[in-house]
Amino acid sequence: METTGRAPTRREVLHAIGLMGGAAVLYQAMEAMGHAAESQFAGPPNLSGARPGASVLVLGAGLAGMLAAYELGKAGYKVQILEYNNRPGGRNWSLYGGDTYTELGGATQKVGFAPGNYLNPGPWRIPYHHRTLLHYCKAFGVVLEPFIQLNHQALVHSSKAFGGQPKRYRELAADWDGNVAELLAKAIDNKGLDSTIVAADRDRLKEALREWGILDKDMRYAKNLRTARRRGYDRPLGGGVDGAPIASQPFALTDLLDSDIGGIIASHMESQHQTTMFQPVGGMGMIGKAFGKQVADKIRYNAKVTKIDQSGGAVTATYTDVATNTVQTAKADYCVCTIPLGILSQIELDASAGLLSAIAAIPYSNSVKVGLEMKSRFWEDDEAIYGGMSFTDRPISLVSYPSNGMHSAGPAVLLGAYIYGPASYRFAGMTPQQRIAEALEDGAVLHPGRYKENYMSGATVAWSRVPFTLGCCAQWNEDTRKEHYQTLVAVDDRIVLAGEHASYIGCWMEGALLSSLDAVTRLHKRALEA
Amino acid sequence: MLRTALLLGLVAAPAIAAPHPGETIYREVCQACHMADARGAVGAGRITGLASNPNLEFPDYAIAIVTGGKGPMPWFRGNLTDQQIADVISYVRTHFGNRYKSRVTAAQVAELGVPAPKGQDR
Repeated sequence: METTGRAPTRREVLHAIGLMGGAAVLYQAMEAMGHAAESQFAGPPNLSGARPGASVLVLGAGLAGMLAAYELGKAGYKVQILEYNNRPGGRNWSLYGGDTYTELGGATQKVGFAPGNYLNPGPWRIPYHHRTLLHYCKAFGVVLEPFIQLNHQALVHSSKAFGGQPKRYRELAADWDGNVAELLAKAIDNKGLDSTIVAADRDRLKEALREWGILDKDMRYAKNLRTARRRGYDRPLGGGVDGAPIASQPFALTDLLDSDIGGIIASHMESQHQTTMFQPVGGMGMIGKAFGKQVADKIRYNAKVTKIDQSGGAVTATYTDVATNTVQTAKADYCVCTIPLGILSQIELDASAGLLSAIAAIPYSNSVKVGLEMKSRFWEDDEAIYGGMSFTDRPISLVSYPSNGMHSAGPAVLLGAYIYGPASYRFAGMTPQQRIAEALEDGAVLHPGRYKENYMSGATVAWSRVPFTLGCCAQWNEDTRKEHYQTLVAVDDRIVLAGEHASYIGCWMEGALLSSLDAVTRLHKRALEA
Repeated sequence: MLRTALLLGLVAAPAIAAPHPGETIYREVCQACHMADARGAVGAGRITGLASNPNLEFPDYAIAIVTGGKGPMPWFRGNLTDQQIADVISYVRTHFGNRYKSRVTAAQVAELGVPAPKGQDR
């Protein structure tokens, strides 16, 4: 350690603790400094001492609402859930063969997928550090399997690079690292970094670059069998007479820049995309179903809430049973409201002016997904792509290969589009058939001659036209967080809001669940103080 | 910024001789929610119908909503230019059963529009 009189760095402190107290002390210290813990989940809530007969009305049977109902019910509260749909799960949802889905505007799709195949219109992958979701999946018997995020054999297509020919992620990523390493080594040799790096570190960095970038003795990233071992061979290693491999030619830096491989590498690096990721066996909707089983006796389906009143020492929700078109009310001491904000803003709600303006201030993003069922798993049979995803600068943005049923016979369902941003509005404005047709055209740039040819049937969900959300996810920004977030999550007399919109893990199931646990903990405290 | 560039590129790209400059924008943006016939829809909540909508008599009202958003509807200031916003409002005010002839201008949008939020999404 240097003795320059400066404060020790965090790393130096951790190193010192590790030397003196062993790994357990180090881990505790890391947790205290916010390094090891990647989730705020601290186990199920402790809601002891509920008053006998106290009741809670939960609005919405998505994951946040059902978790609130489950934990409050376990604590002794009398709980009822009102849900607009005729199924549990909300945005946690899978479409299977035989399902019918009618979007706003009236377009109806009858899903034609083979048994076992599905499209996840909403969430589709679970990061290993979403501890709340993983905890309840285990508790409720949801079987998980690995979800493949990064696949080196998958493709990257850019209309600006290689004349529109897709290339393997492996080749592009290897060449990106190699080129950057070579350039950095050159900058060191040209004394470009002398003012920022001390001499001893310059030499060590060059050695590290040589290894990381597979540079040769002249510090160049070149065509040879060492680089081919990472980026792939012109003739792979084999047996017998022609067993010797032939190296391949790396791509030029300008082509790599055109391909946007840097951005794609970066997207895989985000913590929510890092290995290991999971998916439920049988579709993401299995989670909503499992939660629904836990609170099955509490849910009233087909209930469209139109008014929420909290006068007279109770919460009263007025709702229309959309199956029978009759108006009814439900009453309880308290309320956990998980209705998406865009819909809640249209419901007559008896709450503080601050909460009402917070609810009205948060718009919803949009996204569009398309599932395409193919006759065979040609991406596996012909190209050895098992799971993961290929990227394109076409509007579909990516094609994700199924992580389930690998190496089996078809048919299988690809995620044929995950469209967000401006293109999602154009796609949402199309009919379902038009969306599927354009997704097929776009995806064919990755697998020409086999994509449209293997197509059997499709299904698509445009979130701006989803009847129970009117959008994908709450769209916060720095200003609205500052102005409205604390008001939105605060208990408002007898009502507390929960859902991904009341979290900083927006658009993820983990955010909905953590928000729900925090909301019921504070509502319980409020109930005990009453 | 990326979003802005994408949206502008998107709207500008398929320049198939549209009869009204606002029509392409309506089709590629607004129609996602308000529907091709501009009649909106009803589910757990409601998407406002723009067809035969008397509120469209007042350009200020339409400008405030398109630039600032309302409920689930995001703001489009910054994603569309003031000219594009003026064009699409003019288009809706003269189609779908609406007959408000006065043209909405980019200058009106500049004057009456809600500024785009400065903070990053988070």
